[in-house]
Amino acid sequence: MTIYDLTLAELRDLLDRRELSAVEVTTAYLERIAETNPKLNSFITVCAETAKAEAEAADRAMAAGETKPLTGLPIAAKDIFNTAGVLTTCGSRILGNYTSPYDATAIARIKAQKAVIVGKLNMDEFAMGSSNENSAFGAVRNPWELSHVPGGSSGGSAACVAASQAAAALGTDTGGSIRQPAAYCSVVGLKPTYGRVSRFGVVAYASSLDQVGPITRDVRDCALMLQAIAGYDPADSTSVDTPAPDYQTGLTRDLKGLRIGLPQEYFIDGLDDDVRRAVEQATTTCRNLGAEIIDVSLPHTTYAVACYYLIATAEASSNLARYDGVRYGLRADQAANLIDMYMQSRAAGFGPEVKRRIMLGTYALSSGYYDAYYLKAQKVRTLIRQDFLDAFEKVDVLLTPVAPTPAFALGEKVNDPLQMYLSDIYTIPVNLAGTCAMSLPCGFSADGLPIGLQLIGKPFDEAAILSTAYAFEQATTWHQRKPQL
Amino acid sequence: MNEHYETVIGLEVHVQLTTRTKIFCGCSTEFGRTPNSQTCPVCLGLPGALPVLNRKAVEFAIRTGLATNCRIAPRSIFARKNYFYPDLPKGYQISQFELPVCEHGWLDIDLEDGGVKRIGITRAHMEEDAGKLIHGETPETAGSSLVDLNRACTPLLEIVSEPDMRSADQAIAYLKKLHQIVVYLGVCDGNLEEGSFRCDANVSVRPHGQKAFGTRAELKNINSFRFIKQAIEYEVERQIDLIESGGKVIQETRLFDSNTGMTRSMRGKEEAHDYRYFPDPDLVPLVISQEWIAEVRATLPELPEAKRRRFVEGLGLSTYDAEVLAADRKLADYFDACVTLAKDAKSCANWVMGEVLRKLKETDTAITSAPVTPEMLSGLLARIADETISGKIAKTVFEQMWQNGEPADRIIEAQGLKQVTDTGEIEGLVDQVIAAHPEQVSEYLSGKDKLIGFFVGKVMQASQGKANPGMVNQLLKKKLHG
Ligand SMILES: [Zn+2]
Repeated sequence: MTIYDLTLAELRDLLDRRELSAVEVTTAYLERIAETNPKLNSFITVCAETAKAEAEAADRAMAAGETKPLTGLPIAAKDIFNTAGVLTTCGSRILGNYTSPYDATAIARIKAQKAVIVGKLNMDEFAMGSSNENSAFGAVRNPWELSHVPGGSSGGSAACVAASQAAAALGTDTGGSIRQPAAYCSVVGLKPTYGRVSRFGVVAYASSLDQVGPITRDVRDCALMLQAIAGYDPADSTSVDTPAPDYQTGLTRDLKGLRIGLPQEYFIDGLDDDVRRAVEQATTTCRNLGAEIIDVSLPHTTYAVACYYLIATAEASSNLARYDGVRYGLRADQAANLIDMYMQSRAAGFGPEVKRRIMLGTYALSSGYYDAYYLKAQKVRTLIRQDFLDAFEKVDVLLTPVAPTPAFALGEKVNDPLQMYLSDIYTIPVNLAGTCAMSLPCGFSADGLPIGLQLIGKPFDEAAILSTAYAFEQATTWHQRKPQL
Repeated sequence: MNEHYETVIGLEVHVQLTTRTKIFCGCSTEFGRTPNSQTCPVCLGLPGALPVLNRKAVEFAIRTGLATNCRIAPRSIFARKNYFYPDLPKGYQISQFELPVCEHGWLDIDLEDGGVKRIGITRAHMEEDAGKLIHGETPETAGSSLVDLNRACTPLLEIVSEPDMRSADQAIAYLKKLHQIVVYLGVCDGNLEEGSFRCDANVSVRPHGQKAFGTRAELKNINSFRFIKQAIEYEVERQIDLIESGGKVIQETRLFDSNTGMTRSMRGKEEAHDYRYFPDPDLVPLVISQEWIAEVRATLPELPEAKRRRFVEGLGLSTYDAEVLAADRKLADYFDACVTLAKDAKSCANWVMGEVLRKLKETDTAITSAPVTPEMLSGLLARIADETISGKIAKTVFEQMWQNGEPADRIIEAQGLKQVTDTGEIEGLVDQVIAAHPEQVSEYLSGKDKLIGFFVGKVMQASQGKANPGMVNQLLKKKLHG
C-alpha cells in the first residue's frame, strides 16, 4: 500500500480504523511533493510547516471523537483561493508578494473539517488560460507526458491530483478551467452550478462565470469534496440558498431509464478521432448500463466562444482594476507620478494574456461599443442558457467530449491565442448557461494521453451527473491507471 | 446680472446615509476614527472579497424616495463605474446607472414672491463613497499622499434634480428643503462641512425666450449653502460675460474656490472619463416589494410642511412661530411633547421659542440634551397656569431648573417662591401701603386712576414679588374706594 495513491475515502477508512495517523499521511504526501514537484512545478507554495501542525490538530480531533469527513485528509488549493497567512499569488507577478489576511469560504469550510492544506497550486495567471503556460511561476507539466501541458487554468490542481501530490484539490472553472485540465490529466473534476459554492475569497476573473469545484481521483471523492464546500454563504450575494442534498448516498443510483442527450453540435469537424472514439465508446457503456441515448440540439453553441470572450474579458477588465499598486501587490518604485505608477506597476505585474484580456474587455465595455459587444453577448448568453433548458426538457444528462483534443505539447499554442481559446469550446457553454458539469476519465489516445468525458446536468442537479459518473466509473477502469513519474 | 439672460440650474446632491454600518460590508461608518481602522477585505478591495448589500441603506433610500414623491423601482440594478483613483480601492465604484432605486419625484419650494414652484427630481440612486486622500501634512509624509479608507463604502444616495431652477435663490430653497427632509427622516446627519450632504451644481444660461438649454458647467467642491449661492452667481456672471464678449461656454467641470469665490476649470468634456458602466455581477438585482414600500411608508415621520400646517391650523400658532418650530425635527418633537403635557400650545410656543431657544444658544446645547425636559417645562407652565407663580418669577425658576436640573415644584417650594394668595396677608400689605401714602391716595380718589399701578407696584415690592397681582389689584380698589 502506497499512502499517497489512496483516495480520500480509502484514507478516511484507514484513519478511522487508526491504521494511519493524519501526521503519517501528511508526511507521506509532503515527501511525495518534494520528490515530484521539481518535475511538475504544480505547487507555487508548499505549506509544509502549517500542514504538519494541522495534521497534529486533526489527530487530536479524531482522538477526541470529533472526526468529520475530511478530518486529517491532505488537500491542496489552486492559488486563486485566499488562505490566511499564506501567499496567494493567483499565478501573477502582481500578487507575487501578497499574503492574504483571510480565508476564502471554501477554504474555511474544509479547514472547519480539519482537513490538512498541503499547499497552493500553480495556475494560469488570474485563471486566464487553457494550458497553465500563462503562470508567472512557470508552466506546469502533464504527469502523463512531461513535454505536454496539463491544461488550464487549474493545471496545477489537475497535475497535483494525477501525480498523487495531494488526495484532492480545489480548483475554479470559468470556461472549463477545472474540466479541461481534469480531462488532460485523467482525474475527476466538477464544476458545480453557478451559486452552488461560495465565490467569497476566490480571486475574481469573471464574476458571473467563476465557480469553485473539486478535482479528485474518483467520483466518490468528488461527491465528498462537493459536500464539504457546497451551500449558501451570506458573504456571496450570488450564492444560492438551496440546501445541498446528500451526494454520497445519491451516488449508487443505476442508469436504467436515465435519458442521456448527445448534443449534435459537439460532434463536428475538429474533434480528434481518438477523442471521438473514446466518447462514443463511453456512450455505448452508458447504453449498456441501461441509459437511453437521445440526440439533442444546442443550436447556439457556435456563438459560445465569442460570447464568452466578450463577457469574461469585460468583467475581468473591471475585476483586475484593483491591482493598481496602491494598497498591496507589486508597485513600480521609479514612477514619476500617479498615472505613471499605475502604468508601470500594471505593465510589470501582468503577463501578456492578462493584458490582452483586459484590453479586449475594456474595449467591449467602452461607450459606443457596449451595445454591439457586451450587451449583445449578454443576449446571446440568454439564448445559450435557453438551449440547455430546452434540451433538459428531453433528457436528464448531456454527454459530450471535454475538449476537442487530448493535451497538446508545451509551446504548441502559445502564439495562437485563438487556437488556445478553441480548446474550451465544449466547456464554455456550460459556464454561460450557469449549470453544472463534470469531467471524468474515459480513455487514452494512441499516444497514451488521457481523454475526458463531460457530463452536463440540470441547474443544481449535481447529484444526477455524479451518479451517472459513478455508474460509468464502476463499469470502467480508466480511473485506476496512474502516470509513471 | 444681465436681465437678457435666464439662468438654468440642476443639482446633484450626495446624501450620506446614516446607517450604522457600510453599504456593502459590516464596518462601522463612524466619522473621525483612526485612519483605516474601520476597514475589512471588502472595503479595502482585497482580492476575492465580495459586496453584500446593507438592507438598512435600502430602507433609507426608500424613505427618502417616498418623502420626495419618487416612484420606488420594484427592481433596480447596481452597476460598476470604472475609473482609477487611489481613494477608490476596487478601481470601480458600485453605483446604480440604468435602473436606479428612485425616479420621477418632486419637491415644492416657496418663492420670494409668495408663490410655489415645483422642482422635478429625475432620480435618486444608491452608491458607495470613496476613501479620502491626505496629502503630506506632517514632515515625515511631506511630498507623499496617504489613503484613508474609513469612509470607503459608506452609503450615499445621489439625488439628481431636473434643470428646473432659475436662480441661485431657487437652488438654495430647493437644497434647504431637501436638507431639512433628509435630516427629518433621520437618514442623514446633514453636516455639510463633514461632507454628509454634498452638492454639485449644473449651471447654464440662455437668452430669455430661447427653448434650448445653453452649454452647462458642472460646479464641484461646494460645502456650504452660502458657497453654493456664491458659486452659482459667479458662474452665471462668468458665462454671460463670456457670451457677451463673443466667446462660447464649454462643457466642463469647474471647481469652486471658497477663498476667491471663483470657479476654475478642472477638466473638459474631451477629458471626461468613459466610466464603462455595466451591471455588477457580484450583486443580484435589488427587488423591493410593495409590502416593503408600504412598511417604510407607515414609519415615515410627519414632514416639515405637514408639521407647519398642523401647528398653524391645529394649534393656532402664527405662521412665523410654526416655521421656527418645524424647522428642526428635534425642536418640533420637544414642542409637541410640551403641548401634549401642558395643553396650552400658545404658551408652549412662547416658552420654547423664547427661554428654551435662548438658553440653547447661550450654552451651545442641542435640544435633545436640554437639561429642562418637556416634562419639566410643562411642570413649570402648570404652576403659571394655576397661579402658583407669576410669569416673572417663572423665568427665575426656569433659569434654576436649567442650572440644577430640578423640577419647578421643588425650586418653588425650597425657595418659597409660591405666590401669596392668602387674602388676609395681602390685605395687611395693602393696608400698610395705603397708610404710608396718604398724598397718593387723595390724588387717586380725585380721579387720577393711573396711580393704581403705583400702589400695585408698592404692594408687590412689599411681598417680594410673590403676591398674586390680580388679588392685589382687586383688594386695592376695594380698600381705596372704601
Ligand atoms: Zn469593510
